[in-house]
Amino acid sequence: MSSAPAGRPVERKEVDRVTIRFAGDSGDGMQLVGTQFTNASAVLGNDVSTLPDYPAEIRAPQGSLPGVSAFQLSFASEDIFTPGDQPDVLVAMNPAALKVNLPDLPHGATIIVNDDEFNATNLRKAGYDKNPLDDDGLSGYRVHRVPITSANARALADSGLTANEIDRCKNFFALGLMFWLYDRPLEATLRTIEEKFEGKPQVREANKTTLKAGHAFAETAEMFPASFRVPPARLEPGMYRNITGNAATALGFVAASQLCGRPLFYGSYPITPASEILQDLARYKNFGVRTFQAEDEIAGIGTAIGAAYGGALGLTGTSGPGLALKGEAIGLAVMTELPLVIVNVQRAGPSTGLPTKTEQSDLLQAMFGRNGESPVAVVAPCSPGDCFHMAIEAARIAIRHMTPVIYLSDGYLGNGSEPWRIPDLESLPRFPVEFPTDPATFKPYARDEKTLARPWGIPGTPGLEHRLGGLEKANVTGMVCYDAANHDLMVKLRAEKVARIAADIPEQPVFGPSEGDVLVISWGGTYGAVRTAVQSAQRDGFRVAHAHVRYIHPMPANLGEVVKRYRRVLVPELNLGQLLFLLRARYLVDAIGLNKVAGQPFRSLEVYEKIAELCRPNN
Amino acid sequence: MAAPALTRKDFASAQEVRWCPGCGDYSILAQVQKVLPDLGIPKENIVFISGIGCSSRFPYYMETYGFHSIHGRAPTLASGLKASRPELSIWVITGDGDGLSIGGNHLLHVMRRNIDLTIVLFNNQIYGLTKGQYSPTSEFGKKTKTSPLGNIDFPIRPLSVALAAEASFVARSVDADVKHMQQVLERAARHKGTSFVEVYQNCVIFNDGAFDGFATKEQRPEHTVQLVHGKPLVFGAKRDKGIRLNGFTPEVVTLGNGITESDLLVHNEALHDPTLGMLLDRMTHPDFPVPVGVFRAVERPTYEDMMTDQIQRAVERRGAGELGQLFREGDVWEVKAKDANRVP
Ligand SMILES: Cc1ncc(C[n+]2csc(CCOP(=O)(O)OP(=O)(O)O)c2C)c(N)n1
Ligand code: SF4
Repeated sequence: MSSAPAGRPVERKEVDRVTIRFAGDSGDGMQLVGTQFTNASAVLGNDVSTLPDYPAEIRAPQGSLPGVSAFQLSFASEDIFTPGDQPDVLVAMNPAALKVNLPDLPHGATIIVNDDEFNATNLRKAGYDKNPLDDDGLSGYRVHRVPITSANARALADSGLTANEIDRCKNFFALGLMFWLYDRPLEATLRTIEEKFEGKPQVREANKTTLKAGHAFAETAEMFPASFRVPPARLEPGMYRNITGNAATALGFVAASQLCGRPLFYGSYPITPASEILQDLARYKNFGVRTFQAEDEIAGIGTAIGAAYGGALGLTGTSGPGLALKGEAIGLAVMTELPLVIVNVQRAGPSTGLPTKTEQSDLLQAMFGRNGESPVAVVAPCSPGDCFHMAIEAARIAIRHMTPVIYLSDGYLGNGSEPWRIPDLESLPRFPVEFPTDPATFKPYARDEKTLARPWGIPGTPGLEHRLGGLEKANVTGMVCYDAANHDLMVKLRAEKVARIAADIPEQPVFGPSEGDVLVISWGGTYGAVRTAVQSAQRDGFRVAHAHVRYIHPMPANLGEVVKRYRRVLVPELNLGQLLFLLRARYLVDAIGLNKVAGQPFRSLEVYEKIAELCRPNN
Repeated sequence: MAAPALTRKDFASAQEVRWCPGCGDYSILAQVQKVLPDLGIPKENIVFISGIGCSSRFPYYMETYGFHSIHGRAPTLASGLKASRPELSIWVITGDGDGLSIGGNHLLHVMRRNIDLTIVLFNNQIYGLTKGQYSPTSEFGKKTKTSPLGNIDFPIRPLSVALAAEASFVARSVDADVKHMQQVLERAARHKGTSFVEVYQNCVIFNDGAFDGFATKEQRPEHTVQLVHGKPLVFGAKRDKGIRLNGFTPEVVTLGNGITESDLLVHNEALHDPTLGMLLDRMTHPDFPVPVGVFRAVERPTYEDMMTDQIQRAVERRGAGELGQLFREGDVWEVKAKDANRVP
């Protein structure tokens, strides 16, 4: 290493977009530094998108391949929709992190390794028989060997911490390094360190010191020929904050509670990746929010139905296996025609599946996973920020139409983040509730002419005493009724009630030409990858359009007509073709699927290639 | 002008009651309807929530708010309703299968949380609605449709479960003793916290006479013992028998020959330690008289009060939630008009 004077002017390259992946042992604090880098970039005005990817075990054996935890983020001076297909830069804190992530890197990518950790023990744990840094196996990449562990230890020699504690700070050294390389300010992270380690002055100072030391190291060590700048993005003007999908979901429901003027009740049982919603809502007590950590998922939904029966905005939340448990109770909510929102932050299944990996394979469960003819509305947000809006929509539909609504998020949306434009309160839809009070006119199963919703008569209202339950009800009176013709009528009324929601949701927008070769239809968290692919395909001259469906049941009224205007319909999904199945059944369209079930989101390139293939004339 | 006082008729709904003639459920329905007017609670504030089973048809017959839910889950609906509407008076109606088999888990948790509910478990030691299979309270060896060679499940003791879960009010009565049941139900309803009442209920069709050995009018004096707070455990038509403790084991003794009431176990329902209740619950027929009455009645803070309290304190500390402020938590930045943005 040469000893160039500090502050030497370096070349500053301006780039539009950078994708970084921090990877290390699950104890290395990669999620923390990834989040910090994201925030620093967001505050600079870049558009950002993130993909945390962590192991299912909280602490897999240190240095092992299954213990690798990664955080990918993309930041750009343009509007972006995904955390990037392939990282431009990989920060690998140990050999296992290098080995696991190398296959994802494009040729010519930059790799920054913590050189100190490439010792015999760690190499063995990662299954390397010799040090990959020493042969030419990495010749296609730009490799920077930084002694992060020892440089961090040197910087903190006087910190008064134990060797172990010092070692735990090395993630901030690596972060400092990256902050220099991409010209990010340190301030926001220094502030976070202040807050996070408030009660531990030594740790606090050490983390600040090593963050700065990493930054200074990059500047003085001259290992990087240039640093990079990504100018701010042209985002819509407004106030912004960075938000994950789960946080946005929680905020959306708190907002919904105020918009309908009903207190929020959330009954739930912890499960990855839905737990943060319960955790967040539990912090919002001063909004009158009541959270109930139930003994299981069945109790979670039971309490929510009880609360909804009492006039609250009743919500329950879970992930796939939990939705399976809630099935019977959802049927009860269908029969009693109560408003209820069921959140499912999907993960890879079946059964326990891959608890920390994303998938979209609960759609048919949401649609049909109950006994009897049991229709429920289904909506799905398309991005972390959109979770806010769709949470409000789910609540609005549930209350206006007196029906359970399933809200299908997924692990990718729930954990991923993006800048969220803080909405103007005035712009949010209000849906005040009117409870019936007049005993002379009240009939528990009378129906609104337009929506077919029944009145929400709640306990405590004099003269409205009536009985609900899972046994079939006579239309209008709500008395228990086994009559065959009545059951036939009620089954149809319940289906029709849900179908009529179509009149209360926006038409399906289409991005791109209103007719052409290919229409790509997607739903949920694949929005970003699909939109990016469609955009580049359009730029390359293909006649392709994109319809992203956020209202899945019922579907927007015009969708059937939209699908007929394109030669081919492509449906990319992280399952074996569940929306495809619904579209084919509903619109008799010969759509084809692009399916991936790997616990990982799509790369936009994968979608692009399929579009290109379908656009070829003979296809 | 004050509303006219309610009578038991006001609590009978228009729905025709359809239990088998002679079913013990009728008696329980009648006693609940009898007790309710005395509680002084407006009818519209009373809610009956049940699971599934013969007994769980109960809410349909009550002219109050009612919810006939799904098998075993009534405590969950009741918990959510009570937590969000603490002013309501909520009853949970359940059977031995409903409450202790499929719903056993919920029953435990609702009691440990001490949500202010009145839970009445109709124990007929059989599955009625599904036509006569053994239940978790059926006796060992019992022959039923699903245990033709005899039941090899050991029965569960409902009151011991309730006591182990620290329910703050635990009691037992029998369908045939209407006066006693009224007293117990009234106390249960007035108790603040989870009240758990087991009622031995005769299923005339599938388990007729299961409790005849102690529950009929003739057998009761000799084969049940009334628990009265602060009073020794005396029983018998001539009140000549009692329960004495021998170490930790209860034994039946005859008064006289040097044994007096002062030697007997004195009931104390107010003990926080549930051990005495458990010990009493171990006394089973025919070796012992069956204890009826209030096993435990203690004060504990209720879940819904604590929840409301936390909300009030959060509002006091941070002010009533303001959405605009909530949206701006954490690092917030401004993007100005589009072009200004490009300037570094
Ligand atoms: C999920 C589910 N499983 C099974 C049943 C069938 N089932 C209805 S009631 C019942 C048992 C009822 O027994 P108990 O609670 O003792 O009530 P009883 O009819 O004796 O009053 C069963 C098994 C059901 N309704 N739902
Ligand atoms: S089957 Fe038994 S419990 Fe059910 S109604 Fe008839 S007698 Fe009562």
